[in-house]
Amino acid sequence: MISTLFYRILLAIPTMLGVAVICFLLVQIAPGDPLVSVMPPDASEAMRQTLMQAYGFDKPLPVQFMHWLWRALHGDLGMSVATGRPVISEVMSAVSYSLRLALLATVMGFVLGSLFGFVAGYFRNSVIDRLASLLSVFGVSVPHYWLGMLLVIVFSVKFALLPATGGGPIGETGWQWDWAHLQFMLLPAITLSVIPTGIIARTVRSQVADILSQEFIVGLRARGLNESRIFIHVVKNAAPTALAVMGLQVGYLMGGSILVETVFSWPGTGLLLNTAIFQRDLPLLQGTIWVLALFFVLLNLLVDVLQTSLDPRIKRS
Amino acid sequence: MVDSVTPKIPVAAPVASASQGYWRGVGARLVRDPGGVVVGVIILLLLMLALFGPWLIAKDPYQTSMFLRLKPIGTEGFPLGSDELGRDMLSRLILGTRLSLFMGIVPVVFAFFIGGAIGIVAGYAGGRTNTLIMRTVDIFYAFPSVLLAIALSGAMGAGIGNALLSLTLVFVPQVARIAESVTAQVRHMDYIDAARATGASAFTIIRVQVLGNVLGPIFVFSTGLISVCMILASGLSFLGLGVRPPEPEWGLMLNTLRTAIYIQPWVAALPGMMIFITSISFNILADRLRAAMAIKE
Repeated sequence: MISTLFYRILLAIPTMLGVAVICFLLVQIAPGDPLVSVMPPDASEAMRQTLMQAYGFDKPLPVQFMHWLWRALHGDLGMSVATGRPVISEVMSAVSYSLRLALLATVMGFVLGSLFGFVAGYFRNSVIDRLASLLSVFGVSVPHYWLGMLLVIVFSVKFALLPATGGGPIGETGWQWDWAHLQFMLLPAITLSVIPTGIIARTVRSQVADILSQEFIVGLRARGLNESRIFIHVVKNAAPTALAVMGLQVGYLMGGSILVETVFSWPGTGLLLNTAIFQRDLPLLQGTIWVLALFFVLLNLLVDVLQTSLDPRIKRS
Repeated sequence: MVDSVTPKIPVAAPVASASQGYWRGVGARLVRDPGGVVVGVIILLLLMLALFGPWLIAKDPYQTSMFLRLKPIGTEGFPLGSDELGRDMLSRLILGTRLSLFMGIVPVVFAFFIGGAIGIVAGYAGGRTNTLIMRTVDIFYAFPSVLLAIALSGAMGAGIGNALLSLTLVFVPQVARIAESVTAQVRHMDYIDAARATGASAFTIIRVQVLGNVLGPIFVFSTGLISVCMILASGLSFLGLGVRPPEPEWGLMLNTLRTAIYIQPWVAALPGMMIFITSISFNILADRLRAAMAIKE
């Protein structure tokens, strides 16, 4: 067990290094002089040289990369060009908002998706089964930013039930778990939950159908177990995969919510990225993406390890 | 429906005459499948709109009018209403098909060839070459695809070219991974060993024996990617990173009409409807193709 864990972590290190390289290169592929944003337009050549040296742009790329990585690993992601605040503090407050949204959306998706998946897996080719497969195709095909707009049209414009945009009541900063704040999170969470609902429904359906066709279920039936006891066996066998898919979805939604966050002006990483792109704030862009990708890699690792310890069948192989 | 499949025959032909029957069987199964026929017709219609759009529209899609802004659906002269600058929605939606489909399909076509080549080489070579290539591909998997697309085009700046480039980069690793896994399965088949025993070079074996057996699954996977690519490409334009105004493109139209949802909500939602129809059609097509070709995931 410990050795598998160690091996998994070892395997993740090159990936994380590769992620760092890509994030570092993001600034390099950006067109134009990297100094433009910090330098007055009429700067002299001498001043340019001094600045180049100060920022380390005169060094070869690998050296620059090592410098960047060293600072990044110590939590120093540079200063935001637009606000002058450290990138890390901007990113961290946004990450908490995105994580909250992603978690709520995933939980909603998990409950709904498992429900549909179980019923569809139990009653193959029934109306519910057709509905579940339609739902999963819908979930992955619908442009979620458009779905968000539709929800705003229905719930905010037509019926005025929920606020359309924002991350909390006007004039308040910070987050609290009360209705005043929660109502802002409902529409974006519902929008985002469509994707995990579809994916989890599809996974659970095929898992349940697969388990039900296995011999041990026939054996249990032959021994006279009633359906509710058999159901518990099905749940126990389907749970590890479903939970793993759910864990991965949190990561996908964290990074993938940028469009939905933009629609709802939800103050998470998506909105932060959007600002960074339009103010050409490259350190902020780079830092946000690095944190999100690192989060995603670590989450994958965690899911992998948890799944191995939950499911003895994987441990053996 | 059959038309979208037949162009693949010349590529798959090396597997002797049997492949003719195989593709004919796939075509026949697709035609018998009502769902497949419906989405096939929808995709054909969209392709027709993209090809002949400029000749089908009655109004100038760039003609603005301060007095005819945000007219509702069904207004005299504006069957689908008008946008925030008073331009005819119907004409813009039709003309937008061209750019939207182009942005949704071209990156996948590039990824199909580049990713397919990378994956087949990695899968066939095996050993260290495989590890090197596949570990590099894995790095791109550390980013959710939406994030990677936005990161790349965000850094490179707005524009159609940059959007196409970043979307291609997003899909190459995904195609490569599928191509690698199907090629690795084929690699140890007896007929590959037999071909090697006759003295065929690696290139010849890949061209004659491997390609015919792996192109199908790679093609079907790529068809499904078009659905994702449509959403991502329009999403980039929605963020202002793809197509620039005043060109009609569904994602961009959705973006500029966003503030209009309080005045003409259903007009503002129309471009998204088009993205959704296209995306779900390609998704269902890929599903039906997979079933007709009896490919297991």
